[in-house]
Amino acid sequence: MALTAIEVYKHLPKSNCGKCGVPTCLAFAMKLVQKQASLDQCPEVTEETKQALEGSAAPPMATVTIGAGDRAVQIGGETVLFRHEETFHHPCALAVRLSSSLPPAQLAAGIERVEGCRYDRVGMLLGVDLLALEDAGDGSLAEAAQMAAERSSLPLVLMSTDPQAMGAALEHCGAGRPLLYGATAANLDAMVALAKQWDCPLALCATDLHELVALSERAGQAGYGKLLLDSGAKSLSQLLNDQTIIRRAALNKKFKPFGFPTVAVCAAEDPAAQMLEAITAVAKYAGVVIVDPLPDEYLLPIVTARLNVYSDPQKPIQVEAGMHEVGEPTPESPVLVTTNFSLTYYLVEGDVMASKVPAHVLAVDTEGTSVLTAWAAGNFSAESIAEAMNKFALAEKVAHRALVLPGGVAVLKGKLEELSGWEVVVGPRESSGIPLFFRQRGWVPR
Amino acid sequence: MELAIPVEQWSGAVGTVTLGATAEQGGTRRRTLTLGGESTLPFLRLEGAIPNPPALAMEVLDASPEKWPEPLRAPFGNVLDDPAAWAVKCVEEFGADAIVLRLVSADPQGQDASPEQCAETVRRVLQAVSVPLIIWGCGDNDKDNLVMPACSQAAAGERCLLGTAVQENYKTITACALADGHLVISEAPLDISIQKQVNILLTEQGLPLDRIVMYQVTGALGYGVEYAYSILERTRLAALTGDKMLSMPMLSVVGSEAWKAKESWLDEPKWGALERRGILWEAATAALFLHAGSHLLVMWHPEALRLVRAMLTALQPA
Repeated sequence: MALTAIEVYKHLPKSNCGKCGVPTCLAFAMKLVQKQASLDQCPEVTEETKQALEGSAAPPMATVTIGAGDRAVQIGGETVLFRHEETFHHPCALAVRLSSSLPPAQLAAGIERVEGCRYDRVGMLLGVDLLALEDAGDGSLAEAAQMAAERSSLPLVLMSTDPQAMGAALEHCGAGRPLLYGATAANLDAMVALAKQWDCPLALCATDLHELVALSERAGQAGYGKLLLDSGAKSLSQLLNDQTIIRRAALNKKFKPFGFPTVAVCAAEDPAAQMLEAITAVAKYAGVVIVDPLPDEYLLPIVTARLNVYSDPQKPIQVEAGMHEVGEPTPESPVLVTTNFSLTYYLVEGDVMASKVPAHVLAVDTEGTSVLTAWAAGNFSAESIAEAMNKFALAEKVAHRALVLPGGVAVLKGKLEELSGWEVVVGPRESSGIPLFFRQRGWVPR
Repeated sequence: MELAIPVEQWSGAVGTVTLGATAEQGGTRRRTLTLGGESTLPFLRLEGAIPNPPALAMEVLDASPEKWPEPLRAPFGNVLDDPAAWAVKCVEEFGADAIVLRLVSADPQGQDASPEQCAETVRRVLQAVSVPLIIWGCGDNDKDNLVMPACSQAAAGERCLLGTAVQENYKTITACALADGHLVISEAPLDISIQKQVNILLTEQGLPLDRIVMYQVTGALGYGVEYAYSILERTRLAALTGDKMLSMPMLSVVGSEAWKAKESWLDEPKWGALERRGILWEAATAALFLHAGSHLLVMWHPEALRLVRAMLTALQPA
């Protein structure tokens, strides 16, 4: 729980010296809680005050970065148990694991496949974030890490409990700041030393919650704070239980040993069961979810579930504004206009697909609101549609000059025809009427 | 530092609703189905009881689904134009806990079947299976108000779940349920205040809380599922914190929503094997509804039902 300005003020010198740049200590306290000032700006602050305030100002769950450069991912930093209370902030990272003992050709193919696991969703790319290499215990991890570092742009997860194998692998990929998975009761000191040496995040791999507390405290005592937690849950029921306890202890009880993101390793043998295990982990608090190289039809639901669970409930999901192609339209194909609210767009797209008539769909930027809401707010007007028609060069993409307008805003027809010089055809009120509408216009499937 | 397991003390619980009536109870069902009763969050046993696991119903349409893609048709063989045979297959072969009979034939824009025709289908399905029946109208308020009384009478005493009562149209269906000993689905469009309002309207008409199941319009994975997800979570929290008017069990429609998503049927090689995709999309959608707190899922594909059943087993403590 964050402190209020009054609580912070109690710890300040109350001298109103003004050296921090604001006239009074109370005003400074208010800046502090809004994170617009730092305690260092106060020349009279004591070491005691610093500890008291910094301790309570620290977020209850650390944010941890895995990897380096463009593809680095941030996880953790979560502040709520339920998305409707605020939002979940950092989408969990999805890792696909490959065994280090795969023959080089197979490993190379595996790396290439994981790298390519990206799915286009109207202007958004969903996909796998991390490549995990699981130590087969036969001395192959270093070579596998070398190949992965050379061939993959994804940050790595090194899965080994052998500090020697981990150290050798880090020689090849340590600069990429991989996640080390991980430290056990037996190897913790050596793993912490490696994590420190290479400045990598380190996962603590326990066998139950109580051992996890002990590991976290040992790592803390050794002065290392880039940690992830794995309670070692052996069943789906246990996973849900442990993840909930860790998240609650961290946020509601400020239990420091659990103030880190978690890792869930999905291991169900049946791929569909593993997919459902991963979706459980996505919904219930995991920071990193590790799965086998499942086929695309299993990965796609996982990354989509993550998109949904981590979307901000305050902000409607939007698709990219602009011209989208549904089917394989030609310059003769119909053009429909709608808004960029994802649910509205997907309905239109789905019904155009169902009609089997290829078409162009112009998504106008309405800040993610539906047709009638945007129209009422003035974001979906003859002016904004005409502007979008120009901006996205409709006239260059199609040979005809007819635009289909949602029936709910038929009132815009006259003004839009005037502004655009196009024929405006009033379409159905509901997108479900599109197939019938196309048939009535004589637009038939190719 | 010692870990103190953070247990929440909930003041309320989800109510229970029992579908179906046996011979002793005035019906002909051999099995009844009790939903709800939890005094904790979904699958979280550390702070409360979960007396009844979530149930899986399968949906039967009373008009042959012409547009179903092949992977969805395949497991049903030749029963898709016979609702009674379809229902039997769902129960005996696929293990459905209940049957949802969706009266699509009544739609005035489509076949416009008469109330008597629909009632006859209800009788046939009741005779064919021994599990509880959920009777769901075509969605046209005026027509449903003609069809539901006939169907309700045909099923009198069977403690069927009738759907759906909405804010603008709830009186007829509630009167049917009161007259013939049935239950009602209280529907609201992703709005917890409207949900509560509809529940209040039904109880004011005399329907007790233990004869109401809530239904928030759902949406599929990738297509708005997050709205329903948060509504379900908020509703469960409301029940656990003592709001009686939001304490009824919740139903989610999974099959028809999931198979609408293009990921379920579009031939797109980048998305993987088409013959598995719809099944997985349905199972994944179901998983999210279960974690959000749903009590009764309406499924389409038997393989998706099997996968979800296995997940429910894995969520039981060892």
